[in-house]
Parts: sequence; structure tokens; C-alpha cells
Amino acid sequence: MRKILQLDGSIINEAIEPSIESEELLKWYQSMIQLRLLDQKGIRLQRQGRVGFHIFTTGQEAHIGAAAALNNQDWIFPAYREHGAAIYRDMPLEEIINHLFANDLDINKGRRLPGLFGNKKINFVNPSAPIGTQIIHATGAAYYASQINPEEVNIVFFGDGATSSSDFHSGLNFAGVYKTPTIFICMNNQFAISVPLEKQTASNTIADKAIAYGIKGEQVDGNDILAMYSAVKDAIKHAQNGNGPTLIEAFTYRMGPHTSSDDPSRYRPDEEVEEWKLKDPIERFKKYLIRKDLISEEENSIIYEHYDKKINELIEIADSRPKPKLETMFTDVYDTLPGSLLEQWEEVKFFTEED
Amino acid sequence: MVELNILEAVRDALDIELQNDPSVYLMGEDIGPNGGVFRATEGLQEKYGAHRVMDTPLNESGIVGFAIGMALRGAKAVPEIQFVDFIYPAFDQIVSELAKFRYRSGGEFTTNVTIRSPYGGGVRGAHYHSQSPEALFAHTPGLKVVIPSNPYDAKGLLISSIRDNNPVIFLEPKRIYRAFKQEIPEEDYTVPLEKANIVRNGDDITLVSYGSMLQNTLEAAEIASNELSINCEVIDLRTISPYDSQTIISSVKKTGRFISVTESPKTAGFGAELSALIGEKTIDSMEAPIMRVTGYDVPFPFILEHDYLPSADRILSAIDTIWEY
Repeated sequence: MRKILQLDGSIINEAIEPSIESEELLKWYQSMIQLRLLDQKGIRLQRQGRVGFHIFTTGQEAHIGAAAALNNQDWIFPAYREHGAAIYRDMPLEEIINHLFANDLDINKGRRLPGLFGNKKINFVNPSAPIGTQIIHATGAAYYASQINPEEVNIVFFGDGATSSSDFHSGLNFAGVYKTPTIFICMNNQFAISVPLEKQTASNTIADKAIAYGIKGEQVDGNDILAMYSAVKDAIKHAQNGNGPTLIEAFTYRMGPHTSSDDPSRYRPDEEVEEWKLKDPIERFKKYLIRKDLISEEENSIIYEHYDKKINELIEIADSRPKPKLETMFTDVYDTLPGSLLEQWEEVKFFTEED
Repeated sequence: MVELNILEAVRDALDIELQNDPSVYLMGEDIGPNGGVFRATEGLQEKYGAHRVMDTPLNESGIVGFAIGMALRGAKAVPEIQFVDFIYPAFDQIVSELAKFRYRSGGEFTTNVTIRSPYGGGVRGAHYHSQSPEALFAHTPGLKVVIPSNPYDAKGLLISSIRDNNPVIFLEPKRIYRAFKQEIPEEDYTVPLEKANIVRNGDDITLVSYGSMLQNTLEAAEIASNELSINCEVIDLRTISPYDSQTIISSVKKTGRFISVTESPKTAGFGAELSALIGEKTIDSMEAPIMRVTGYDVPFPFILEHDYLPSADRILSAIDTIWEY
């Protein structure tokens, strides 16, 4: 398993430490913190009844390293815990928070459960909810990208449960056949809601599954942001040398429940969660930054306070905004409204008061 | 002008679009050197390359998902599903992904995919080479469903579908792929989507059909005219969803009698939608019950398929029933 950072923030072997500008490392760290804070605040908002739903991300923040290895032109197909990739790509926090409240400024027009957003400006594709469907989309998109822009690669995230889906098979098989520049990242957090990995597959590792598709596979410590970065960098090189796709199994753990509707005490012991707390990806990376003298405990607190305050302010603003207009129920079904939808819109207007 | 059958008209449309637009890509099973099992893509791989006319792994869900990915990235993808009876593995990709991308992303991500697939019975194909599932797709907001009935429309509607920015399920009436030829323009032309075509004028009864059933419907209308002096108006719907209700309503307000002819099972078939439209919009004009002539509520049969499919005789019987009402 590829691993670069020890739990104490030291490097296992200096020869494999990626060389990254200090400013960039700090950007990774700030993206991780924003994501952690959004997770903490998101569930609070859900418990207060202010937003309808929450998807947990704590423990899986090291995916930001994968996003950081890409160029901005490369498309990202997220599952639903990869909001850190959008934050890293400078999607404004306002936009994310407006989306959580499904208000009139939500770029997805209040049509999605909180957390299931996409954003064309940063090539971050809208996920759906059926599991695994985006895997084959990433293969198709990479194929067309390879036809029009040979520099481009794309990346798709999915969970361990998705490796059982037919679209996982489709995605890896088509990618192997056409040698598409696709990087498949399985965020193996070891549970598909409640079902543990051993009920999902009899393979020794998920990375092993690459063998059957004739593609490269690798296991990576999914809580080690440097390992995630370097694995994706190697996968990009592999694709750009004409060798096609890579399957990366990022071994990690979901610290929280699956969603706000889930109770993990029904299916996993607290001791296991406690063990994984010691491997926290943010804590580990912070220790690395401290060792490199890029940050102090005091500066760390300032960063947390800064984003804490900012997010709280944005929440109050977003919460005060109105719902999207009634017409957004009917727009974007097609590029223009057919007669049948115009008629149905007239009908609902009759029953609804809107300014 | 050239004289082409429906199959040749489909191939001509694909050829024109591949020629016109470098972002058009075809993908499917056996569509390369083999030219498709019906030969709709014959010669196209040789002309445009294996990178644009792609033989794919045998996986319909994969074909559609792959096409969606290409389209998200900017291609116009035209996958072929060898028989529409094999489309069901791709149902999730079509219903959950293809149909909803524009809506769920607030208009940010779009999927210009035109899924071509031969449909319909009467070819001794039994359960899995004969079905007519247009109602399943018409019940899915976000999709357009298009079914041509003749070579002129096949070419013009397919070109329109590929150029349309919305996903289209383009069902080809395979029973009449080679049944007759028609003089059609050699050059590029379009036939508008969402617009029905009045193919026979009449004042007595409105008959609405599409695809391969249109021939049976026209045959019945001719017999009714010649033998019973009943003058039927025949409408070829052409786009099943979203459909041209105005043309139907105007006709029924004139005739006061309505029959739909479709070959899919009766219950919750597209004929039921048309009956509901007439019931809601033109009941004051009606002189007789609103009728459907359809296939039966059974899996598509094999040796008895001609007893299953709406024949001119069955349509005539419905004409007779409402005329005598």
C-alpha cells in the first residue's frame, strides 16, 4: 500500500516525498479544514431542521490530494463525499452553502439533496444517487477528451459498494478496451451504509480487480494526502504515456454515519471508530506542516476561526434567501418548454401564490 | 433526389451527420465492419474510422453510459441498441442519468445523445426481438421519443434528433426497414420534432398512429373509404414525447370520432395517453366512444404474432363500431 506520511507527520522515506510549493500545501490544508467545518455545521443544520439532509465527509478529506494532482481542465466525477475537490477548485463557499439551503441562488436550482451538487465552471459533475452510474460516464468523457485534447485526463470517485455495481464493470471494461485516460478512485471506507466490505466482494483487495480488466491497479493509504497526490500523479503519467486507466483503491474510513438518516452503532463497534481517529487525515497532515515549519498551532487556530466565522455568516445569509421561483420546477427538463409543460406550469400557478 | 428505403435513409442521415460535424460519434454492438445486424451503419466505419464508428463491448448499459459521458464532455453521441428488447439493462442509465442531467444540474450539464434502436413486431422475432416499449420512455420527463414511418421522415427526423440538444430515443420500425422506397432529397434536410403529420385528410374519423402501424392504419382508411364511404383522417404522430396534441385536438374537433393504433400492450400503452387527451380536451365534440386498437397485454408472442398485431381488419372493426354507434 502506497503510504508517505506517518501518523506523527514524518515522512516514511524522503525519496518518495512529493515536492510541492508551501503555498500549495497550505491550500490543501485550508481546503481540508473548510470541508471538516462544513461537515460539522451541516449536520447541526440538519438536526435543527434548517436543511433537509446531510452527507458526512469527516475522515475522507485526503481525497483533496487526488484533486490537487489534476489540472483544472481535467473533469472530476464525484460520488458524494468529495466536496473537498470542489473547495480545492475554488468553488466559493457561498455557492456550496446556497446549495445546502436550496435557495434562489443555488446553481442547481434547489433540485438536489444537500451535498449532491455539481458545478460546470470547475468541471465538477453532478452526481446522481443510484450507485456507480458515474463510473462509465467518466470513461466516456475521457474517451472523447482524448480525441480533442490529448493532455486531458479525468477522475472518478466511488465507494467500495459501487464496485459491485454493473456500471463499475462497464466503466473499467470500456476503459481497458479503449485505453481511456481515466483515473478510477475507489474511496474504500469499508462500509456501504451498513454492509461491510467482506459482504461486498471476495477479492483480497479492490485494487486486484484491475487485473481482470487489463489495467493498472494500486492500493493507497486513503488518509494520507501526500500518498493520494502522488498516486494520482503517477496515474496521470501512465495515461499520458498512452497506457490508459488506473484503478486506485484509497483505503479509508467514514468517521460519521452514512447520512443524517443513518445510525452506525447498529453495524460497527465504537472501538473501531476510535482506532481510526488516530489516523485522522487532517491531524496527520497538520503534523507534517508543523514539522516543515509551514504552520504553528496558533496559526492553525486562526485558520479554523476564520472559516468558522465565515461559514456561520454565509449560513445566516443563505438561510434568509427565498426558495427558487416556481418556474424552476419546469425549466431544464428540456432546453425549451414544450406545450405540455407550459400548460402544467399554468395549472400550478393557479394554486400557488408567488410574488 | 434518390430512392431509398427506411434503412438506407437512416444510414444516409448518419453519413451526413458524421460528415458535417466532427463531434458526432456512433457506438454499438457489431456496427463496425459488420455494419450493424440490419446494416444501418454499413460502410461508415471504413469511411470515418474505428475511433468514430465504434464497436463496443456487449453491454447496453455500458454503451449508453459511455455515450452519456462523451456527451457531457461535448460530443454528439449516437449509440445503437441492436434491438430495443435489449435496452432494459440500460434503463437506469437512460431514466436516472440521461433524462435528468440537464434538470438535476440546473441546466449546467447536458447530454446530447440520440439512442437509435430497431423496434416492433412482425419479423418472426418472438419475445426478445419484437417489443414496442415507447410508452416507458414517454413516461420519463427529459427524453424525446421519435418514431418515423417512412424514408423521408426517417432521414429528416434522425438529423433533427442528432442536432437536438435533448436526449432522444429514436425507434426505427424494423418490419418496414426495407418494405418500400421513396424519392427523397439527396442533400441534408430536417423534419421538425414534436410535430405530427396529417397523412390523409378526412372528416369522419380521426386515426392516430406512428411507426410501422401507420401502414396498417392507412390500409384500413383506404378500405373504409372505398367500401364503406367513411372518410378517415390519418395522423402520423412522428414524435411520441413531447407530442403534438394540437394537431390531434383540431382533427378530433372536426371529426368527433377517435381511434389510436399502437402495437404495444394495451394497458397503460401510449394509446391510453391519447384517449385521455381526447377525454380531457374534446369530449364535447365526441359522437362515439374513444377507441384504441393495440397489441394485447401479453409478452410478445411468436407463432401467433400476426394475431397479436393490430391488422387492417381489427382497425376496420373499430371504425365500424364507432361509425355505427
